Amino acid sequence: MKASNGLWRERLLGEMPPELAREIDVFESELALRKRGKLDEALIAETRLRRGVYGQRYDNGQRHDGRATRQLAYPVDKPTKGPHTLWDAPGMQRIKIPFGGLTARQLETLAELAEEYSDGIAHVTTRQDFQLHFVHIEDTPSLMRRLAAVGITTREACGNTVRNVTACPVAGVCRTQAFDVTPYAKALAYFLLGHPDAQAFGRKFKISFSGCPGEACGLAHMHDFGAIAVERDFDGKRKRGFELWVGGGLGAVPQQARLFTEFLPEEELLPVAQAIARVFARLGEKKNRNTARLKFLVSKLGIGEFRRLVAEERASLPFDPRWTGYLEDVERAEELPLKPPSLVRIGEDSGEYTRWAATNVYPQRQPGYSTVTVALPLGDITADQLRAVADIARRFIGETVRTTVEQNIVLRWVSDGDLPELHAALAAAGLAAPGAGTILDVAACPGTDTCKLGIASSRGLAAELRTRLASRAFQLDEAVQGLRIKISGCFNSCGQHHVADLGFYGVSRKKGDYAVPHFQVVLGGQWTGNAASYGLAVAAIPSKRVPEAVDRITGRYVGERSRGESFQAFIARIGKAECRRMLEDLMEIPPHDADASCYSDWGDPREFTIGDLGAGECAGAVVPQVEFQLAACEREAFEAQMKLEQGEIEAAAGQAYEAMLHGAAALLRHKQAGGTGSPDEIVLAFRTELVETRIFWDRFRGGALSNYFFKAHGDAGLVRTREAARQLIEEAQLFIEACHACYGSMAAAAVA
Amino acid sequence: MIRHVNVKVFPVWPRGAGNGDAESALAAAAVVFHRWIRDSVCEELLIDVADYRHVPSGPGVVLVGHEANYSLDNGGNRLGFLYNRKAAIEAGAEENVAQALRAALAACRRLEAEPEFAGRLGFGPAHELEIGVNDRALAPNTDEAFASLRPAIERALAGTYGGVEFGLERLGGARERLRIAVRARGGR
Repeated sequence: MKASNGLWRERLLGEMPPELAREIDVFESELALRKRGKLDEALIAETRLRRGVYGQRYDNGQRHDGRATRQLAYPVDKPTKGPHTLWDAPGMQRIKIPFGGLTARQLETLAELAEEYSDGIAHVTTRQDFQLHFVHIEDTPSLMRRLAAVGITTREACGNTVRNVTACPVAGVCRTQAFDVTPYAKALAYFLLGHPDAQAFGRKFKISFSGCPGEACGLAHMHDFGAIAVERDFDGKRKRGFELWVGGGLGAVPQQARLFTEFLPEEELLPVAQAIARVFARLGEKKNRNTARLKFLVSKLGIGEFRRLVAEERASLPFDPRWTGYLEDVERAEELPLKPPSLVRIGEDSGEYTRWAATNVYPQRQPGYSTVTVALPLGDITADQLRAVADIARRFIGETVRTTVEQNIVLRWVSDGDLPELHAALAAAGLAAPGAGTILDVAACPGTDTCKLGIASSRGLAAELRTRLASRAFQLDEAVQGLRIKISGCFNSCGQHHVADLGFYGVSRKKGDYAVPHFQVVLGGQWTGNAASYGLAVAAIPSKRVPEAVDRITGRYVGERSRGESFQAFIARIGKAECRRMLEDLMEIPPHDADASCYSDWGDPREFTIGDLGAGECAGAVVPQVEFQLAACEREAFEAQMKLEQGEIEAAAGQAYEAMLHGAAALLRHKQAGGTGSPDEIVLAFRTELVETRIFWDRFRGGALSNYFFKAHGDAGLVRTREAARQLIEEAQLFIEACHACYGSMAAAAVA
Repeated sequence: MIRHVNVKVFPVWPRGAGNGDAESALAAAAVVFHRWIRDSVCEELLIDVADYRHVPSGPGVVLVGHEANYSLDNGGNRLGFLYNRKAAIEAGAEENVAQALRAALAACRRLEAEPEFAGRLGFGPAHELEIGVNDRALAPNTDEAFASLRPAIERALAGTYGGVEFGLERLGGARERLRIAVRARGGR
């Protein structure tokens, strides 16, 4: 905790917007009240989350050191800052950057904060935010004041709120856009910030803006509220509006957004967003977090009924001048370049420059200008580098810097003749890595590095893949270079693995008495078309064998693709069953005494664990029957996917349900508590023997995943739509993952 | 009021060492730091390891603690062992500097004695350090702040190294934190 914390309030008093200054004062008072025991711990948790002050791994005061779980001896005279969250344990500060827009001064401030309150690194997230890790909660008011002084708020960066509003990073300079969505994204972000109608959600709410439908752009289809710019002619007059998609989302159960309207006039953008917020706040699930996102409400109501309710709500809203007030400034809000346009100089460039320019330079719609992508390794940038970007921005472009959802930074409005000099300036700062938007540009969520929910090391794997691929970047086939890899540490999809060509998410498997870090391989997702389609899990591979899996999949693509065939088309053609066959031998886990490397994760030498699992000899051990049975359930869920792909919707749904039933039965038999009777008997026994006893219990989600099974049983035999069958398959996979975890806990308890 | 003192100690490399040696030192640090947590090697609370080997000229590998962070730091593309004091010490400037020096040097000795580093990387006798203050509000990077801190640094160095003479030089510009290069006179 900083000794200077008392100084910043007075020092910055005239520089902070008064409402932000007051907001931070309130937060500081709440922290003080909590320290005196006058504020409930659940309340302080929600309070800090709404200011972007997040928990971090090990903040419950426990850490497994590779041999045993040990207590971290924090001072004992402090309150908690939330349930099971110790006051002094370092946490994460998320910093909202609406549409990713940054000024040079803001970059310098972020650099200062990274140095003084964090570990010297600022991390760009997959939602255009910044995150600082290892921050002490008592430093957060000073940190927030320093941000407020440069016009940044952390308000509603976490919690059940409207999260950072994202937008295409080349909005305004894009060659395929209908129009620049930046002023609309900004207007909606600040309209909903702290809005009374957006304070009572059961879960977070994510908004994005896209300038066109064809590129990845704002990834509209995976958002609660995805707006794509469109123009229409009305009575000979060109009018701006948005194709609006609602109820999309990734997370554990991904869902494509539904079309709300093909054309929402620009003046209706803010009021309709407000009406949707009111409907979501009023009717969205509040008790069960796992079904509280807007996607579940839209599915439950149906898009027609949802539209009707929103229209009804819209009609009842009292007029707010902010709805259209900003429109007068939309055209004036256009960015201006710092320098006049110029031509690219040819013939004097190094090979390094040429390679960088091939992937990191995007010619803008405005002749003579380009947007440059600064590719950040795993989204990380040092304080010195942030200052270098600020200097480069001032020298070449002015205040036109943005973060991207691919965890990079873009510099817009670079006069083309300046590109070689700009490249040299970036190179001097260690920021001229080529490969932006290619297979080298691996995106990853924090995973087990800092996230409490992480199962496997997404960043460790990303760093390893990046190093390996970069070492032979020039030998990679062009078709492979264009692929994208995205990695999440668990099924919650913060790494956006569903929309990558090659996606991975962390899971755990048991081998004898050991837990082994794995990644599910997810193939066939589509990044372009605003995240047009989601991939499905093919096979779980031990973490240490994932690089081999990447080589094998990409090698097969290069060798067997037909002319012009996309990766998605190739995967669809060979089929997921063949994909799984291709990887089958890599799924094998060598015995611990033959090769212990598979039993630790990338970048972490500790023996892997997802809890306090005891370690023991496994050589020669008989594989318990339950492990075979759970593996069979996985296969059944996989076969359900196959059936769905072949259009056998009812069979797919039936198979997914069977997979869940067999998983439940396997656990019951392992517990010697039944599991051989009728489905009704299995469900009853599962409820009483495993759920009500909290054996089938997740530390964070409680028994929630069992509800997927109970619901599937209740709905067995019903006719389902394709989308409902797909959702059931996703739920079955999650339930089987939970069965694996439950078995792991039962085995650990037996060892203890 | 001076708190949150940083000390970066630059290593003595064996003859012929190159970039690959820095990379392998960082890889070894990731293993050693996890072991230090497990073995509770110092009185301070050690929490976790943050691995930034993928970041050019970055923080390297950081052993995150409650009172302080320890790292094999590659800032400025120059590897060194960094002690970054986080918890405030209610004492004068000299004691704050002296405490950071003691902690940094003790950790350097511990690191060079680890089997992964033995014979490959050492910190030798005092020859080159950087001392900084990780708090712009308490100590901006100005000549005035340096002048006011200088006597305390000199006393702390004298108390730590006895008769060794050091030259001190303020580094960087006003945007950066206060950093002072400390070079033993006659040192390499």
